[in-house]
Amino acid sequence: MTTSVDVVSGTDSPYALSHLDALESEAVHIFREVAGEFERPVILFSGGKDSIVMLHLALKAFAPAAVPFSLLHVDTGHNFPEVLEYRDRAVARHGLRLHVASVQEYIDRGALKERPDGTRNPLQTVPLTEAIQQHRFDAVFGGGRRDEEKARAKERVFSLRDEFSQWDPRRQRPELWQLYNGRHAPGEHVRVFPLSNWTELDVWQYIQRERIELPEIYFAHEREVFQRSGMWLTAGEWGGPKATEETEKRLVRYRTVGDMSCTGAVDSDATTLDAVIAEIAASRLTERGATRADDKMSEAAMEDRKREGYF
Amino acid sequence: MTSTTEQLAAQLSATTLLRFATAGSVDDGKSTLVGRLLHDSKSVLADQLEAVEAASRGRGQETPDLALLTDGLRAEREQGITIDVAYRYFATPRRRFILADTPGHVQYTRNMVTGASTAELTVVLVDARNGVVEQTRRHAAIAALLRVPHVVLAVNKMDLVDYAEPVFAAIAEEFTAYATELGVPEVTAIPISALAGDNVVEPSARMDWYGGPTVLEHLETVPASHDLTGCHARFPVQYVIRPQTAEHPDYRGYAGQIAAGTFRVGEPVTVLPSGRTSTVAGIDLLGEPVDVAWTPQSVTLLLADDIDVSRGDIVVPSGDAPATTQDVEATVCHVADEPLTVGQRVLLKHTTRTVKAIVKAIPSRLTLDDLSQHPEPGRLVANDIGRVTVRTAEPLALDSYADSRRTGSFLLIDPADGTTLAAGMAGDSFAAVAEAPAADDEGWDF
Repeated sequence: MTTSVDVVSGTDSPYALSHLDALESEAVHIFREVAGEFERPVILFSGGKDSIVMLHLALKAFAPAAVPFSLLHVDTGHNFPEVLEYRDRAVARHGLRLHVASVQEYIDRGALKERPDGTRNPLQTVPLTEAIQQHRFDAVFGGGRRDEEKARAKERVFSLRDEFSQWDPRRQRPELWQLYNGRHAPGEHVRVFPLSNWTELDVWQYIQRERIELPEIYFAHEREVFQRSGMWLTAGEWGGPKATEETEKRLVRYRTVGDMSCTGAVDSDATTLDAVIAEIAASRLTERGATRADDKMSEAAMEDRKREGYF
Repeated sequence: MTSTTEQLAAQLSATTLLRFATAGSVDDGKSTLVGRLLHDSKSVLADQLEAVEAASRGRGQETPDLALLTDGLRAEREQGITIDVAYRYFATPRRRFILADTPGHVQYTRNMVTGASTAELTVVLVDARNGVVEQTRRHAAIAALLRVPHVVLAVNKMDLVDYAEPVFAAIAEEFTAYATELGVPEVTAIPISALAGDNVVEPSARMDWYGGPTVLEHLETVPASHDLTGCHARFPVQYVIRPQTAEHPDYRGYAGQIAAGTFRVGEPVTVLPSGRTSTVAGIDLLGEPVDVAWTPQSVTLLLADDIDVSRGDIVVPSGDAPATTQDVEATVCHVADEPLTVGQRVLLKHTTRTVKAIVKAIPSRLTLDDLSQHPEPGRLVANDIGRVTVRTAEPLALDSYADSRRTGSFLLIDPADGTTLAAGMAGDSFAAVAEAPAADDEGWDF
């Protein structure tokens, strides 16, 4: 018998799947449901590890045929160059179609205002919503996981959004068994989260098992950084450092990849996947707690942003 | 406890995944139990704990309120109740867990049904001072109705009854008798104090009369999957893969997740509802050819003959096909705010097939507290559980829910706006006949 399934130790039956195989199978099932039920699905792809894993799963779900979805990147204009480069290579390698919604372009034509703190993550909502309307996407895959944050713990796998992309926690449909209900009115769309049940560690273990290539900033490297709100931020044109902030060279890596203005690096000497995984497993901080300024705004910050149409 | 390095190594090896659900009310200390499980299994990280401590201090509480770890939405924090299913994730060296944390308040039956629908195990919580109450019976009934394979009775607040064994034994006996009557195959009763931490993760020094596992030990060792050799194999087709490339000019694969049982290369199969037959020529396990595959693997089946197969069809072993029907008799839990009425036109979603349907009859409504039946209610409102007869526009290859949770379950959907109206389970409600006070002679045989 030739199979690639993990061998599980313990007292379970020979039919028990490892947790990674079970999560992979579930995610593939979700991708295929959307392919079977929607007209114009799109995958939100930032070049971050969760969207990279999503793309990998989509490739497996439809092999040997091509992925029947296009990709959408909401570019804040403050992305890490290594990540954009990775994004473009991935798109070219798999012959995919990429749509880019640019925050910078909105700022340039006065449709959005730069925030005083320079953070652009909250500014992504309008370009995302308008891109969904313009391309008439009816299903939008996001890499969100329920373990990331308390408001996300209640998110459905299929999450209904109205024509303004708003999320109403009281309007979400109960989700039973593996029966996903994707029906929606014209103009509405469904956000779909194939990684709902994955944890940060699952994502990393899967990357390791599948030998998935990642942008280099996920591994330890020397970088000019300065400290703000207890995080190491990268110096750059986005608005740092201020006169009062000292830059220094440190050995760091990123646990999450987002806008440069609100994504912090952590001190690390982990240069390999094994080392990264060991570090995460031993870490006493959640990935967002350690590295994301935008979630710290208030106890209900994420809930408020989701209502407005954020990922 | 092992050393950190050993723990890490174990955590990083392949383990199984157990999905379980909790049922119980705020007053029973459910959030505290969940918080305790997360906290004592070292699954709460420093920043989460800091946030809880800060929020507790802000409310004038002296010790961190572990319940705050799990109450996510602002409305809940304000009201101090849990209003929706929340999913929690934690891991031990032995296993990974997905917990569907469901509110126990009476009006949230639908949330309990939702949480139980994907659970292999349910933890029912009771307050040792109150014993088995109406709500406990409701939780047992939902676990029985949803055919959750394992039920744990956690008798909480043992610290408030002086850790007295007779108190625990009486509650355990009463609950086990009731659940067994409903056909629950296995009940494990555990005396705990979530607040003090007895028997949740660490064994209790104050209850040496109890020789069984702690809640966590039981969760780590209960079978997470079952021997599938006796199951009816079922494969709902999700999507047809046809690359039509130079490399794969004739590839035609049927993509789906095996809903039950096992499939082997060479096996004769029948496609329902058409009844056409073929043989499994190959199985692709996400890009890798295999000889055998089983539930819940997502695979692509290749058939020997070029027959018409599309999304919504079900592939089954030729000797083991379910009957197809257009008359569905089932138990439903009504989950929408608008009522379900006789004569209503709906959509019925079964596996990957969605068909038009009409509600022909609602023979009875069930009261979960005492399992009494109310004949001909005419309608079901939110959180009602009742029997329905539904006529579908096309035949369905429907199993009895007792035989297969994935191919015996369905949704009723409002064709106008897509709202999920009801969660349905085909066939009889309960595995065993309960002594229900029949409201009249026409009552259904539950």
